[in-house]
Amino acid sequence: MNGNEERRKVIKAGGGIGLLGLLAAAGLLPAGEALAQQQWNSGAFGARNLADAVKALGGTPPAENKAIQITAPDIAENGLVVPVSVTSNIPKTESIAILVEKNPNLLSAVFEIPNGTDPFVSTRVKLAESTDVYALVKADGKYYFLKKEIKVTLGGCGG
Amino acid sequence: MTQDRRDFLRMIAAAAAAGLPLARAEAAAAAGDGRFYDVPRFGNVSLLHFTDCHAQLSPLWFREPNVNLGVGVGRNRAPHLVGEVLLEAFGIRPGTREAYAFTSLDFSRAARSFGKVGGFAHLATLVKRLRASRPASLLLDGGDTWQGSATALWSRGQDMIEATRLLGVDIMTAHWEFTYGQDRVKEIVEKELAGKTEFLAQNIETRDFGDPVFKAWTMRELGGVPVAVIGQAFPYSPIANPRYLMADWTFGIQEERLQKYVDEARAKGAAVVVLLSHNGMDVDLKLAARVRGIDVILGGHTHDGVPKALEISNAGGKTVVTNAGSNGKFLAVMDLEVKGARMTGYRYKLLPVFSRLLPADRDMQQLIVRNRAPHAAKLSEKLAVTEGLLYRRGNFNGTFDQVMLDALMTVKGADLAFSPGFRWGTSILPGEAITFEHVMDQTAITYPYTTLTEMSGETIKNVLEDVCDNLFNPDPYYQQGGDMVRVGGMTYACEPGAKMGARISDLRLKGEPIAASKLYKVAGWAPVAEGAQGEPAWDILSQYLRDKKTLAPPRLNLPRLIGVEGNAGIAP
Repeated sequence: MNGNEERRKVIKAGGGIGLLGLLAAAGLLPAGEALAQQQWNSGAFGARNLADAVKALGGTPPAENKAIQITAPDIAENGLVVPVSVTSNIPKTESIAILVEKNPNLLSAVFEIPNGTDPFVSTRVKLAESTDVYALVKADGKYYFLKKEIKVTLGGCGG
Repeated sequence: MTQDRRDFLRMIAAAAAAGLPLARAEAAAAAGDGRFYDVPRFGNVSLLHFTDCHAQLSPLWFREPNVNLGVGVGRNRAPHLVGEVLLEAFGIRPGTREAYAFTSLDFSRAARSFGKVGGFAHLATLVKRLRASRPASLLLDGGDTWQGSATALWSRGQDMIEATRLLGVDIMTAHWEFTYGQDRVKEIVEKELAGKTEFLAQNIETRDFGDPVFKAWTMRELGGVPVAVIGQAFPYSPIANPRYLMADWTFGIQEERLQKYVDEARAKGAAVVVLLSHNGMDVDLKLAARVRGIDVILGGHTHDGVPKALEISNAGGKTVVTNAGSNGKFLAVMDLEVKGARMTGYRYKLLPVFSRLLPADRDMQQLIVRNRAPHAAKLSEKLAVTEGLLYRRGNFNGTFDQVMLDALMTVKGADLAFSPGFRWGTSILPGEAITFEHVMDQTAITYPYTTLTEMSGETIKNVLEDVCDNLFNPDPYYQQGGDMVRVGGMTYACEPGAKMGARISDLRLKGEPIAASKLYKVAGWAPVAEGAQGEPAWDILSQYLRDKKTLAPPRLNLPRLIGVEGNAGIAP
């Protein structure tokens, strides 16, 4: 697989401006190319819920699967940088996406899982309020998810 | 009625007022006082545990809550039982000194009958007695030890470090300790505690690379039995307290990491695995059902004085969960029988520390007096006399908090006031003087700033909803401990069983509904945001009390509760 193909696959799985912006900001994608690719899949970006996002990505409705594991705080220490890790124990995992239900851009990140690598990813997401966070896994062409509530609180008053 | 009989009744009333024990049950209990601390030995390994003493070195009054509501799975289950229901659930006779220790029933009168509780000199005597009969034992401190008094605050925890070293604490974990700042905590652990007390916390790591900050667990040989103790610090320290004071560290419950350490301890031959926890009891009860291989969780944080241990089943067997109250009022004794490299039985007793029944330990008394002496004059200043009972504990308000709210509104000229739902802070009996030391017992924190802010009605409601969810979220992992923010000047209704956003309603100021878009002047204290400034809370409270001289019983502002009928966590 050459670099462009790989890049295209990432974009296909993700598709949102948020993701492209993130890739560009991280230097993974030249800014110009990110803009050019925006037409690729605006549907996924515009999606307001998980089912619509998956549909826009060309997948079938996802099924909840406990073979996915989300490691994230129950209550965020700082909503601006909330660590989220996802492990997929589903065979033939191809990609892992992290989606935040109440964020303006549902999609926070998509990771391609090349054959032979551990399906484990870790990143930080920004949360303005308490929300469900979804791990969306594509494995053998099918989509699966698991969700976890992360609470964002004003703080204080404990003890 | 004859003249004699009238005189007799008058005499009894006078005697009662003077604090003589009169009730029959009390008299009967007094007869057995000499043997109160004869706890028969059981098994071959013992764990002594105290928690949340909040730096209270001297004997004190401490009224337990009459409102401690449980929701979800916690409804009508320990620790959410109060008053007579609690007595019945744990087989404690009303009117006894145990009833005085574990409930708020008839508190002022019972206090005069049975005397003060706690005090490190009295605790030290009890620890020495129990350890003398239990050579294979550990003394465990669940944390919230360095904070809660003037002398602890002014010495940045130093007086408590000296006291716990002398007491012989083997292992500790922490919460409020972190509010002295991460550098001070590290300094104490590395310089003061090294070789004496192990400071354990499996659930703290560095924010940047995820390195462990403290040792997670330790193995101790007790009479030939390998006992593993894992430390669990308060998971929400950077949320409930200012994050900037522990900026480089990240916390959380960290169940998976805990399971890893339990498995590691077992693999290395631990016959018993103990979690010394500052999670809070509801969190511990949930955790006990999910993590395998822990024999005993000795818990704190929620200040629940629960007389018996609760057994929780999980995939690996059973875990015994306790919570040992607060303010130095209790010492827990967990005797374990270990046979064939596993725990085969236990006996648990949560012993109230009745200061009158335990002579003060001389060395500890000397240490306390020595460290207090430079501040004694300032601490004993009498600010006012209280006509009513002052206390803090309770889900929604306490009379001492009400005084704080009244002081904030008066001094700051606010429409309404908020005061955090802290669970520490001593009680004062009717007729007693309120000293500056008492004021510090309520306010001694490293971020004591008082504030005056303009808030919209909408913000006010959001604050109440947010705090209420930290208390009544049906999932304990989303609770932070602490009680509901205390509210002065504004009335409201609260439905603990409702969903987040729907619990708070009918907000009114002097009978008029609060308007969502209108701005109100709100006084408060203990802000967690960095850079906050303002006169310390102890100055505001002292000033208010000096002006009063005599403090009438505070009128408790309580929310109108909805849907709590039949909840055993509320008593008159």
